[in-house]
Amino acid sequence: MADQAARLRVTRSDDVVVVELADRRILDEETISQIAEELFSLIAASRNHKVVVDFINVTNMSSGALGILITLHKRIREKDGQLRLCNIRPSIYEVFVITRLNEVFTICETREAAVSDLAS
Amino acid sequence: MVAKTVIATDLKAARRVAENLLRKVRAIGCREEVVFAVRLSLEEALSNAIKHGNKHDRSKKITVSAEVAPEATAITVADEGEGFDPRALPDPTTDENLEKPCGRGIMLMRAYMDEVTFNAKGNEVRMVKHRSPAPAGASGSEDGP
Repeated sequence: MADQAARLRVTRSDDVVVVELADRRILDEETISQIAEELFSLIAASRNHKVVVDFINVTNMSSGALGILITLHKRIREKDGQLRLCNIRPSIYEVFVITRLNEVFTICETREAAVSDLAS
Repeated sequence: MVAKTVIATDLKAARRVAENLLRKVRAIGCREEVVFAVRLSLEEALSNAIKHGNKHDRSKKITVSAEVAPEATAITVADEGEGFDPRALPDPTTDENLEKPCGRGIMLMRAYMDEVTFNAKGNEVRMVKHRSPAPAGASGSEDGP
């Protein structure tokens, strides 16, 4: 089943929630706070805390977007859940490397790999 | 020529300034890496000016001065806030700060721009990115206008 939110495309597959970020650019505060609100509501309402965030559409992101991911990661861990990120293009991956956040998050190449990593 | 724009402390106005400036950077044929770097750094500088500098006070102004020239793009973003000491910022990549949700904006600006300097008060940042010419025959980009 898939449901459509303004900034997120959410799909549930078995016990894994896959969240595709719909925006190409996650840069300004307005976009970031809307994504945060949708993501955190989703996690609060969900019984499944195995979450994949798919960056397939994302071409630009700022430090504020990294902040959301860190908070999301903490909230998921508080519920004994797990988070995977996937489909991060090289230019965005570089932002993770510069900030050392590639060491904090588990980043998978594809959505399938991320889902399978959580399902196992 | 330096183009100076004064805007209110407003996200939409900031977005318009950023898009206009990025159009100019593209128009002189900069490579996608340069456009990516300028976009990210400009967004971080404007966000800092709105949030930390002017603290969302719409009566305060933000001044963006930009010179987009064949050899380099230089951008200055100034707010009307109290300023800060950039040397006092903690390093967000140390183990104790790694999972803090904020404090990476200036680090990213420094990583992506060739020069990042602040005025003495700390309410004005100047960023310079040297142009890296596009290879012959290169066209289009994943980032789009």
